[in-house]
Amino acid sequence: MAFDIVLVLLILGVAAWTLSARDTFAAVVGFIGFGLLLALAWVRLAAPDVALTEAGIGSGLTGGLLLGASTRLRGTETTASGETPSNAFYLSAGGVCTLISATLAVVLLELPAEAPTLAAQVAANLSVTGLDNPVTAVLMAYRAVDTLLEVVVLLLVLVGMWSLAPDHLWGGSPGRHHPADPDGALPFVAQLLVPVGILVGIHIFWVGSVAPGGEFQGATILAAMWILATMAGLVDTPPVSRRWLRLLLVTGPAVFFAVGFAGLALAGAFLAYPEAYAKLLILIIEIPLTLSIAATLALLVAGPPERARQQ
Amino acid sequence: MSLALDGLTILAVCAGAFFFFAGTVGLLRFPDALSRLHALTKADNLGLGLVVIGLLFQMEGLLAALKLIGVWLLTLLAAAAVTQLLARAVRTSSPDE
Repeated sequence: MAFDIVLVLLILGVAAWTLSARDTFAAVVGFIGFGLLLALAWVRLAAPDVALTEAGIGSGLTGGLLLGASTRLRGTETTASGETPSNAFYLSAGGVCTLISATLAVVLLELPAEAPTLAAQVAANLSVTGLDNPVTAVLMAYRAVDTLLEVVVLLLVLVGMWSLAPDHLWGGSPGRHHPADPDGALPFVAQLLVPVGILVGIHIFWVGSVAPGGEFQGATILAAMWILATMAGLVDTPPVSRRWLRLLLVTGPAVFFAVGFAGLALAGAFLAYPEAYAKLLILIIEIPLTLSIAATLALLVAGPPERARQQ
Repeated sequence: MSLALDGLTILAVCAGAFFFFAGTVGLLRFPDALSRLHALTKADNLGLGLVVIGLLFQMEGLLAALKLIGVWLLTLLAAAAVTQLLARAVRTSSPDE
Protein backbone atom coordinates (compact mmCIF):
# COMPACT_ATOMS: atom_id res chain seq x y z
CA MET A 1 0.00 0.00 0.00
CA ALA A 2 2.75 2.43 1.01
CA PHE A 3 4.61 1.49 -2.16
CA ASP A 4 1.54 2.24 -4.29
CA ILE A 5 1.05 5.64 -2.68
CA VAL A 6 4.71 6.55 -3.24
CA LEU A 7 4.42 5.33 -6.84
CA VAL A 8 1.32 7.45 -7.51
CA LEU A 9 2.96 10.54 -5.96
CA LEU A 10 6.06 9.91 -8.05
CA ILE A 11 4.00 9.57 -11.26
CA LEU A 12 2.13 12.80 -10.50
CA GLY A 13 5.39 14.55 -9.64
CA VAL A 14 7.14 13.46 -12.83
CA ALA A 15 4.05 14.42 -14.86
CA ALA A 16 4.00 17.91 -13.34
CA TRP A 17 7.76 18.29 -13.87
CA THR A 18 7.46 17.16 -17.51
CA LEU A 19 4.69 19.66 -18.17
CA SER A 20 6.55 22.54 -16.58
CA ALA A 21 9.96 21.77 -18.16
CA ARG A 22 10.92 24.65 -20.46
CA ASP A 23 13.49 22.68 -22.43
CA THR A 24 12.00 20.30 -25.02
CA PHE A 25 14.73 17.70 -24.53
CA ALA A 26 14.28 17.71 -20.74
CA ALA A 27 10.51 17.35 -21.18
CA VAL A 28 11.03 14.30 -23.43
CA VAL A 29 13.34 12.69 -20.85
CA GLY A 30 10.67 13.35 -18.23
CA PHE A 31 8.07 11.76 -20.50
CA ILE A 32 10.17 8.59 -20.88
CA GLY A 33 10.61 8.33 -17.11
CA PHE A 34 6.87 8.95 -16.68
CA GLY A 35 6.10 6.06 -19.07
CA LEU A 36 8.37 3.64 -17.19
CA LEU A 37 6.74 4.57 -13.86
CA LEU A 38 3.33 4.11 -15.49
CA ALA A 39 4.42 0.63 -16.62
CA LEU A 40 5.29 -0.12 -13.00
CA ALA A 41 1.80 1.03 -12.00
CA TRP A 42 0.26 -1.37 -14.54
CA VAL A 43 2.33 -4.20 -13.03
CA ARG A 44 0.92 -3.26 -9.60
CA LEU A 45 -2.58 -3.40 -11.13
CA ALA A 46 -1.80 -6.98 -12.26
CA ALA A 47 -1.91 -6.01 -15.96
CA PRO A 48 1.53 -7.12 -17.21
CA ASP A 49 0.37 -7.09 -20.85
CA VAL A 50 -0.46 -3.40 -20.63
CA ALA A 51 2.76 -2.78 -18.68
CA LEU A 52 4.85 -4.37 -21.46
CA THR A 53 3.09 -2.29 -24.10
CA GLU A 54 3.43 0.91 -22.06
CA ALA A 55 7.15 0.33 -21.45
CA GLY A 56 7.86 -0.71 -25.04
CA ILE A 57 5.61 1.50 -27.16
CA GLY A 58 4.40 4.22 -24.78
CA SER A 59 7.73 5.00 -23.22
CA GLY A 60 10.42 3.48 -25.47
CA LEU A 61 9.16 3.97 -29.00
CA THR A 62 7.17 7.16 -28.46
CA GLY A 63 10.09 8.47 -26.41
CA GLY A 64 12.40 7.75 -29.33
CA LEU A 65 10.06 9.55 -31.73
CA LEU A 66 9.84 12.55 -29.42
CA LEU A 67 13.64 12.61 -29.00
CA GLY A 68 13.93 12.79 -32.79
CA ALA A 69 11.34 15.55 -32.89
CA SER A 70 13.09 17.55 -30.15
CA THR A 71 16.39 17.31 -32.07
CA ARG A 72 14.68 18.68 -35.18
CA LEU A 73 13.05 21.45 -33.16
CA ARG A 74 16.33 22.55 -31.55
CA GLY A 75 16.79 25.35 -34.07
CA THR A 76 13.45 26.91 -33.17
CA GLU A 77 13.94 26.50 -29.42
CA THR A 78 15.31 29.99 -28.69
CA THR A 79 12.58 31.81 -30.62
CA ALA A 80 9.89 29.61 -29.07
CA SER A 81 11.12 30.11 -25.49
CA GLY A 82 11.41 33.87 -26.09
CA GLU A 83 7.69 34.13 -26.72
CA THR A 84 5.50 34.71 -23.70
CA PRO A 85 1.87 33.79 -24.29
CA SER A 86 -0.72 36.33 -23.20
CA ASN A 87 -2.78 35.96 -20.03
CA ALA A 88 -5.85 35.20 -22.11
CA PHE A 89 -3.98 32.24 -23.62
CA TYR A 90 -3.05 30.92 -20.16
CA LEU A 91 -6.60 31.40 -18.92
CA SER A 92 -8.25 29.64 -21.86
CA ALA A 93 -5.75 26.72 -21.72
CA GLY A 94 -6.32 26.40 -17.97
CA GLY A 95 -10.08 26.65 -18.47
CA VAL A 96 -10.17 23.87 -21.07
CA CYS A 97 -7.97 21.62 -18.89
CA THR A 98 -10.18 22.26 -15.83
CA LEU A 99 -13.30 21.51 -17.87
CA ILE A 100 -11.88 18.20 -19.14
CA SER A 101 -10.65 17.18 -15.68
CA ALA A 102 -13.99 18.08 -14.08
CA THR A 103 -15.93 16.15 -16.72
CA LEU A 104 -13.68 13.11 -16.24
CA ALA A 105 -14.09 13.36 -12.46
CA VAL A 106 -17.91 13.53 -12.76
CA VAL A 107 -17.99 10.59 -15.16
CA LEU A 108 -15.72 8.60 -12.82
CA LEU A 109 -17.97 9.31 -9.83
CA GLU A 110 -21.08 8.38 -11.84
CA LEU A 111 -19.73 4.95 -12.79
CA PRO A 112 -21.79 2.06 -11.42
CA ALA A 113 -20.22 0.45 -8.35
CA GLU A 114 -19.88 -2.80 -10.21
CA ALA A 115 -18.17 -2.03 -13.49
CA PRO A 116 -19.82 -3.63 -16.54
CA THR A 117 -17.46 -6.36 -17.64
CA LEU A 118 -17.21 -9.09 -20.25
CA ALA A 119 -14.30 -10.73 -18.42
CA ALA A 120 -16.40 -13.70 -17.31
CA GLN A 121 -17.53 -14.45 -20.89
CA VAL A 122 -13.95 -14.07 -22.14
CA ALA A 123 -12.71 -16.55 -19.54
CA ALA A 124 -15.55 -18.99 -20.21
CA ASN A 125 -14.97 -19.07 -23.98
CA LEU A 126 -11.17 -18.97 -23.89
CA SER A 127 -10.80 -22.61 -24.98
CA VAL A 128 -12.62 -21.87 -28.26
CA THR A 129 -9.78 -19.62 -29.42
CA GLY A 130 -7.06 -22.17 -28.65
CA LEU A 131 -5.19 -19.48 -26.69
CA ASP A 132 -4.40 -19.42 -22.97
CA ASN A 133 -3.77 -15.71 -22.55
CA PRO A 134 -7.15 -13.90 -22.35
CA VAL A 135 -5.56 -10.59 -23.42
CA THR A 136 -4.26 -12.09 -26.66
CA ALA A 137 -7.63 -13.78 -27.15
CA VAL A 138 -9.35 -10.39 -26.90
CA LEU A 139 -6.86 -8.77 -29.29
CA MET A 140 -6.77 -11.53 -31.89
CA ALA A 141 -10.21 -13.16 -31.66
CA TYR A 142 -13.00 -11.26 -29.88
CA ARG A 143 -11.89 -7.78 -30.89
CA ALA A 144 -9.72 -8.65 -33.88
CA VAL A 145 -11.35 -5.86 -35.91
CA ASP A 146 -9.90 -3.29 -33.49
CA THR A 147 -6.44 -4.76 -33.89
CA LEU A 148 -6.82 -4.82 -37.67
CA LEU A 149 -7.79 -1.15 -37.71
CA GLU A 150 -4.86 -0.26 -35.43
CA VAL A 151 -2.45 -1.90 -37.83
CA VAL A 152 -3.98 -0.07 -40.79
CA VAL A 153 -3.72 3.23 -38.88
CA LEU A 154 -0.01 2.54 -38.23
CA LEU A 155 0.54 1.97 -41.93
CA LEU A 156 -1.32 5.19 -42.83
CA VAL A 157 0.78 7.12 -40.32
CA LEU A 158 3.93 5.84 -42.01
CA VAL A 159 2.66 6.83 -45.46
CA GLY A 160 1.66 10.23 -44.10
CA MET A 161 5.14 10.75 -42.65
CA TRP A 162 6.83 9.67 -45.88
CA SER A 163 4.74 12.21 -47.78
CA LEU A 164 6.53 14.96 -45.80
CA ALA A 165 9.64 14.30 -47.90
CA PRO A 166 10.50 16.90 -50.57
CA ASP A 167 9.81 15.76 -54.12
CA HIS A 168 13.42 15.13 -55.13
CA LEU A 169 14.00 12.87 -52.10
CA TRP A 170 10.81 10.85 -52.59
CA GLY A 171 11.63 7.17 -52.50
CA GLY A 172 15.03 7.77 -50.92
CA SER A 173 16.47 6.50 -47.66
CA PRO A 174 15.13 7.81 -44.35
CA GLY A 175 17.38 9.63 -41.89
CA ARG A 176 21.09 10.17 -41.93
CA HIS A 177 23.62 7.49 -42.77
CA HIS A 178 25.48 6.46 -39.62
CA PRO A 179 29.02 5.46 -40.54
CA ALA A 180 30.26 2.48 -38.51
CA ASP A 181 33.02 3.35 -36.02
CA PRO A 182 35.15 0.18 -35.77
CA ASP A 183 36.46 1.12 -32.28
CA GLY A 184 33.18 2.49 -30.97
CA ALA A 185 31.13 1.06 -28.15
CA LEU A 186 27.93 1.18 -30.17
CA PRO A 187 28.87 -1.28 -32.95
CA PHE A 188 30.26 -3.60 -30.26
CA VAL A 189 27.09 -3.56 -28.20
CA ALA A 190 24.94 -3.81 -31.33
CA GLN A 191 26.81 -6.92 -32.47
CA LEU A 192 26.28 -8.51 -29.05
CA LEU A 193 22.78 -7.29 -28.29
CA VAL A 194 20.98 -7.49 -31.63
CA PRO A 195 21.02 -11.32 -31.93
CA VAL A 196 19.93 -11.66 -28.29
CA GLY A 197 17.27 -8.97 -28.77
CA ILE A 198 15.86 -10.67 -31.88
CA LEU A 199 15.53 -13.90 -29.88
CA VAL A 200 13.85 -12.05 -27.01
CA GLY A 201 11.47 -10.35 -29.46
CA ILE A 202 10.48 -13.68 -31.02
CA HIS A 203 10.09 -15.18 -27.54
CA ILE A 204 7.84 -12.33 -26.36
CA PHE A 205 5.74 -12.72 -29.50
CA TRP A 206 5.56 -16.50 -29.12
CA VAL A 207 4.61 -16.63 -25.42
CA GLY A 208 1.80 -14.16 -26.18
CA SER A 209 -0.63 -17.08 -26.59
CA VAL A 210 -0.07 -18.36 -23.04
CA ALA A 211 1.52 -15.51 -21.07
CA PRO A 212 1.93 -11.71 -21.20
CA GLY A 213 3.41 -10.74 -24.55
CA GLY A 214 2.21 -10.72 -28.11
CA GLU A 215 2.82 -9.30 -31.54
CA PHE A 216 2.94 -5.59 -30.63
CA GLN A 217 5.40 -6.07 -27.75
CA GLY A 218 7.55 -8.51 -29.73
CA ALA A 219 7.50 -6.24 -32.78
CA THR A 220 8.63 -3.27 -30.68
CA ILE A 221 11.69 -5.21 -29.53
CA LEU A 222 12.45 -6.32 -33.09
CA ALA A 223 12.07 -2.71 -34.29
CA ALA A 224 14.40 -1.52 -31.51
CA MET A 225 17.02 -4.03 -32.64
CA TRP A 226 16.75 -2.79 -36.23
CA ILE A 227 17.14 0.81 -35.02
CA LEU A 228 20.13 -0.16 -32.87
CA ALA A 229 21.84 -1.91 -35.80
CA THR A 230 21.15 1.14 -38.00
CA MET A 231 22.52 3.61 -35.45
CA ALA A 232 25.64 1.51 -35.00
CA GLY A 233 26.18 1.62 -38.76
CA LEU A 234 25.94 -2.16 -39.14
CA VAL A 235 23.07 -1.85 -41.62
CA ASP A 236 21.63 1.07 -43.54
CA THR A 237 17.93 1.88 -43.75
CA PRO A 238 16.83 0.84 -47.23
CA PRO A 239 15.25 3.40 -49.59
CA VAL A 240 11.52 3.48 -48.96
CA SER A 241 10.83 2.72 -52.62
CA ARG A 242 12.27 -0.80 -52.34
CA ARG A 243 9.66 -3.34 -53.35
CA TRP A 244 10.62 -5.93 -50.68
CA LEU A 245 10.30 -3.27 -47.98
CA ARG A 246 6.82 -2.27 -49.10
CA LEU A 247 5.79 -5.92 -49.36
CA LEU A 248 7.07 -6.46 -45.81
CA LEU A 249 5.00 -3.51 -44.61
CA VAL A 250 1.71 -4.59 -46.21
CA THR A 251 1.95 -8.39 -45.88
CA GLY A 252 0.76 -8.39 -42.24
CA PRO A 253 -2.39 -6.31 -42.74
CA ALA A 254 -3.04 -8.05 -46.09
CA VAL A 255 -2.96 -11.51 -44.52
CA PHE A 256 -5.16 -10.19 -41.70
CA PHE A 257 -7.73 -8.96 -44.27
CA ALA A 258 -7.49 -12.20 -46.27
CA VAL A 259 -8.19 -14.36 -43.21
CA GLY A 260 -10.95 -11.94 -42.24
CA PHE A 261 -12.73 -12.28 -45.59
CA ALA A 262 -12.15 -16.05 -45.58
CA GLY A 263 -14.03 -16.06 -42.27
CA LEU A 264 -16.97 -14.53 -44.11
CA ALA A 265 -17.18 -17.64 -46.29
CA LEU A 266 -16.08 -20.31 -43.79
CA ALA A 267 -17.54 -19.17 -40.48
CA GLY A 268 -20.23 -16.72 -41.50
CA ALA A 269 -18.72 -13.43 -40.32
CA PHE A 270 -15.82 -11.10 -41.08
CA LEU A 271 -12.81 -12.22 -39.01
CA ALA A 272 -14.66 -15.23 -37.59
CA TYR A 273 -12.42 -18.27 -37.29
CA PRO A 274 -13.68 -21.84 -37.81
CA GLU A 275 -13.37 -23.33 -34.34
CA ALA A 276 -11.04 -26.18 -35.26
CA TYR A 277 -8.53 -23.88 -36.94
CA ALA A 278 -8.73 -20.84 -34.65
CA LYS A 279 -5.25 -21.13 -33.17
CA LEU A 280 -3.64 -21.95 -36.51
CA LEU A 281 -5.33 -19.02 -38.25
CA ILE A 282 -4.37 -16.63 -35.45
CA LEU A 283 -0.77 -17.77 -35.82
CA ILE A 284 -0.92 -17.34 -39.62
CA ILE A 285 -2.05 -13.74 -39.03
CA GLU A 286 0.34 -13.01 -36.19
CA ILE A 287 3.66 -14.03 -37.78
CA PRO A 288 3.56 -11.69 -40.83
CA LEU A 289 1.79 -9.09 -38.70
CA THR A 290 4.65 -9.03 -36.19
CA LEU A 291 7.18 -8.52 -38.99
CA SER A 292 5.05 -5.79 -40.61
CA ILE A 293 4.55 -3.94 -37.32
CA ALA A 294 8.27 -4.20 -36.52
CA ALA A 295 9.19 -2.72 -39.92
CA THR A 296 6.55 0.02 -39.60
CA LEU A 297 7.71 1.05 -36.13
CA ALA A 298 11.39 1.07 -37.11
CA LEU A 299 10.67 3.16 -40.21
CA LEU A 300 8.54 5.57 -38.17
CA VAL A 301 11.53 6.23 -35.93
CA ALA A 302 13.83 6.51 -38.96
CA GLY A 303 11.77 9.45 -40.24
CA PRO A 304 10.86 10.70 -43.72
CA PRO A 305 13.27 10.14 -46.66
CA GLU A 306 16.22 12.52 -46.39
CA ARG A 307 18.72 11.10 -48.85
CA ALA A 308 18.18 10.98 -52.60
CA ARG A 309 17.74 7.56 -54.07
CA GLN A 310 20.98 6.20 -55.47
CA GLN A 311 20.57 4.88 -58.98
CA MET B 1 16.60 -23.75 5.70
CA SER B 2 14.04 -21.34 4.27
CA LEU B 3 14.75 -18.97 7.15
CA ALA B 4 18.44 -18.95 6.23
CA LEU B 5 17.55 -18.34 2.56
CA ASP B 6 15.24 -15.47 3.53
CA GLY B 7 18.03 -14.01 5.65
CA LEU B 8 20.46 -14.17 2.71
CA THR B 9 17.85 -12.53 0.44
CA ILE B 10 17.26 -9.68 2.89
CA LEU B 11 21.00 -9.17 3.29
CA ALA B 12 21.76 -9.11 -0.45
CA VAL B 13 18.75 -6.95 -1.43
CA CYS B 14 19.57 -4.47 1.35
CA ALA B 15 23.18 -4.31 0.14
CA GLY B 16 21.85 -3.75 -3.40
CA ALA B 17 19.52 -1.01 -2.20
CA PHE B 18 22.48 0.64 -0.47
CA PHE B 19 24.38 0.79 -3.76
CA PHE B 20 21.33 2.24 -5.52
CA PHE B 21 21.10 4.85 -2.78
CA ALA B 22 24.80 5.66 -2.97
CA GLY B 23 24.65 5.80 -6.77
CA THR B 24 21.70 8.20 -6.66
CA VAL B 25 23.39 10.43 -4.09
CA GLY B 26 26.49 10.47 -6.31
CA LEU B 27 24.40 11.27 -9.37
CA LEU B 28 22.91 14.26 -7.59
CA ARG B 29 26.00 15.51 -5.72
CA PHE B 30 29.10 14.79 -7.82
CA PRO B 31 30.56 17.86 -9.53
CA ASP B 32 31.14 16.75 -13.15
CA ALA B 33 29.53 14.51 -15.72
CA LEU B 34 32.19 11.78 -15.72
CA SER B 35 32.09 11.19 -11.95
CA ARG B 36 28.29 11.26 -12.05
CA LEU B 37 28.42 8.51 -14.68
CA HIS B 38 30.80 6.59 -12.42
CA ALA B 39 28.32 6.81 -9.55
CA LEU B 40 25.44 5.76 -11.79
CA THR B 41 27.17 2.58 -13.01
CA LYS B 42 27.65 1.46 -9.41
CA ALA B 43 23.88 1.40 -9.00
CA ASP B 44 23.43 -0.54 -12.24
CA ASN B 45 26.24 -3.05 -11.83
CA LEU B 46 26.55 -3.72 -8.11
CA GLY B 47 23.11 -2.62 -6.95
CA LEU B 48 21.13 -4.59 -9.49
CA GLY B 49 23.59 -7.51 -9.26
CA LEU B 50 23.12 -7.78 -5.49
CA VAL B 51 19.32 -7.50 -5.82
CA VAL B 52 19.40 -10.29 -8.43
CA ILE B 53 21.59 -12.46 -6.17
CA GLY B 54 19.16 -11.85 -3.32
CA LEU B 55 16.18 -12.86 -5.47
CA LEU B 56 17.98 -15.99 -6.72
CA PHE B 57 17.49 -17.55 -3.27
CA GLN B 58 13.71 -17.19 -3.70
CA MET B 59 13.49 -18.65 -7.21
CA GLU B 60 11.78 -21.92 -7.92
CA GLY B 61 13.36 -23.69 -10.85
CA LEU B 62 16.50 -23.15 -12.85
CA LEU B 63 14.84 -21.37 -15.78
CA ALA B 64 13.49 -18.49 -13.69
CA ALA B 65 16.90 -18.07 -12.05
CA LEU B 66 18.64 -18.05 -15.43
CA LYS B 67 16.17 -15.41 -16.69
CA LEU B 68 17.02 -13.18 -13.74
CA ILE B 69 20.74 -13.56 -14.40
CA GLY B 70 20.04 -12.84 -18.08
CA VAL B 71 18.28 -9.59 -17.11
CA TRP B 72 21.30 -8.56 -15.06
CA LEU B 73 23.79 -9.40 -17.83
CA LEU B 74 21.76 -7.48 -20.43
CA THR B 75 21.54 -4.48 -18.10
CA LEU B 76 25.30 -4.66 -17.54
CA LEU B 77 25.93 -4.66 -21.27
CA ALA B 78 23.50 -1.82 -21.97
CA ALA B 79 24.69 0.29 -19.03
CA ALA B 80 28.36 -0.15 -19.91
CA ALA B 81 27.75 0.78 -23.55
CA VAL B 82 25.55 3.78 -22.77
CA THR B 83 28.08 5.05 -20.21
CA GLN B 84 30.85 4.78 -22.81
CA LEU B 85 28.78 6.71 -25.34
CA LEU B 86 27.83 9.41 -22.85
CA ALA B 87 31.40 9.77 -21.63
CA ARG B 88 32.63 10.08 -25.20
CA ALA B 89 29.98 12.72 -25.92
CA VAL B 90 31.06 14.64 -22.80
CA ARG B 91 34.69 14.48 -23.91
CA THR B 92 34.11 15.68 -27.45
CA SER B 93 31.86 18.52 -26.33
CA SER B 94 34.28 19.84 -23.64
CA PRO B 95 37.92 18.98 -24.44
CA ASP B 96 39.35 20.70 -21.31
CA GLU B 97 37.83 18.29 -18.85
